[in-house]
Amino acid sequence: MTAKISLRGVTKRFGPKVVLNGVDLDVAAGESLVVIGGSGTGKSVLIKTILGLLRADAGSIIVDGQEVTGLRGAALAAHRARFGMLFQGGALFDSLPVWRNVSFALPGGRTAELRAAALDNLARVGLGADVAELRPSELSGGMQKRVALARAIAVRPEILFFDEPTTGLDPIMADVINDLIVELVRELKITAVTITHDMASVRKIADRVAMLYDGRIIWSGPRAAIDASGNAYVDQFVGGRAEGPIQMQLRRA
Amino acid sequence: MTGPLHDLLGVLQAIGRFVLAGLGSIGRLAIFAWTVLSRAVLPPYYPARLVEQMLVIGYFSLPVVGLTALFTGSALAQQIYIGGSRFNAASTVPAVTVIGIVRELGPVLGGLMVAGRVASAMAAELGTMRVTEQIDALSTLRTDPYRYLIGPRVIAAVLVMPVLVLVSNVLGVLGGYTLAVQRLGFNPARYLTTTMQYLKTDDVVSSMVKAAVFGFIIALMGCYHGFHSSGGAAGVGRATTNAVVSAFILILLSNLIITVIVFGS
Repeated sequence: MTAKISLRGVTKRFGPKVVLNGVDLDVAAGESLVVIGGSGTGKSVLIKTILGLLRADAGSIIVDGQEVTGLRGAALAAHRARFGMLFQGGALFDSLPVWRNVSFALPGGRTAELRAAALDNLARVGLGADVAELRPSELSGGMQKRVALARAIAVRPEILFFDEPTTGLDPIMADVINDLIVELVRELKITAVTITHDMASVRKIADRVAMLYDGRIIWSGPRAAIDASGNAYVDQFVGGRAEGPIQMQLRRA
Repeated sequence: MTGPLHDLLGVLQAIGRFVLAGLGSIGRLAIFAWTVLSRAVLPPYYPARLVEQMLVIGYFSLPVVGLTALFTGSALAQQIYIGGSRFNAASTVPAVTVIGIVRELGPVLGGLMVAGRVASAMAAELGTMRVTEQIDALSTLRTDPYRYLIGPRVIAAVLVMPVLVLVSNVLGVLGGYTLAVQRLGFNPARYLTTTMQYLKTDDVVSSMVKAAVFGFIIALMGCYHGFHSSGGAAGVGRATTNAVVSAFILILLSNLIITVIVFGS
């Protein structure tokens, strides 16, 4: 099997802090991979490095057989054009109405055509035409996530990244978002990489799970194996226990 | 190692760190400016964004720039009259006012007022976009943030600042004229004739050149600090302050350089 995305020895540091310390990871075409890990372990840095928003200090990132770590200019833009991304906070453009946000990356056309395409994508995420003219600030958190999802799929990307898709949402809305992700990934035949620490999301979205800890992927396996991984770090994370090999840096009084 | 030598080395290290940090900042700013200029000339272009920014920077700055010029022109005429009277040179009010306004006060005060209003707004807007990942989102939506966000702002500022300063100059001279005629008893026709007699092409050209340079500085500082802001709301606040302070300093420095180059000989 040839991997759609393949990382080998990817390293990224910010000053003295090493965030990614030799990440090896493969994502198969059409697969939904979920990367789990605690806050601040570099999950967002990982997908931003693949996208080329951050530059890896060392290592190799290959997408569809092409090395992408050194890309610049038009080649980097072409690389990014294959991806869609749902940002943690939605990252909707405040100054534009919802429909312009959704149609932002669509090729230029008449306003009516762009608006129709935006409404079609909004319908895919369960939103009606009544929200099209609203500003993002007029929407609830869950609706913002859904609009951001509509924007991410509007250009029909080959690969979709989801950065903490359910953070800040109530459990019911989080489940709605998870269902949407599963449905869209299957329907549009997209390769998906999700980063999250929400285990409900993991159990719903993932075909395969990988755990990032201390700058490396320390375990990966199918979703069904997550509860019997045999890895103490994964067990502690999945169980949500304070006791275990993962020690939080807490200052005691 | 202890004693005075250790202290001296500590001071030298501090100076060295300061100089290196300064040189690093200049280098980063130069790269940013080059990136903006080299990408702004290439398609895709965003004419609607350019017009929008011309309105924001130019049209909406007219009241503050106009009032500043009007009041400053009047105060300048009054001061020249008081100072000139001591040497029996009160009649120099029209000439000195027009030269002072067009060569220096019009562009500098206009530039500072626009910097306070626009550089801060640009830094705050782009800074907020940075910390909420909207700039990253642009990059993933097939849009170059340099071309979409920064190019139109820089080009608009360079284009509209000369117009703003032209208005500022006219209103500054008008302020001086009004005070001189209404309060100091100058003959209106002679005041205007003397004003036009002493106003030279070089004065107007230098004023316009200064305005364009100031426009570039204002937009560049606002965009640079906003684009590179980090650290949430506090980071955006710092970016806004840095944008205004650095724009003020660079405007005053570049004004001095242009004045020396144009009028120094």
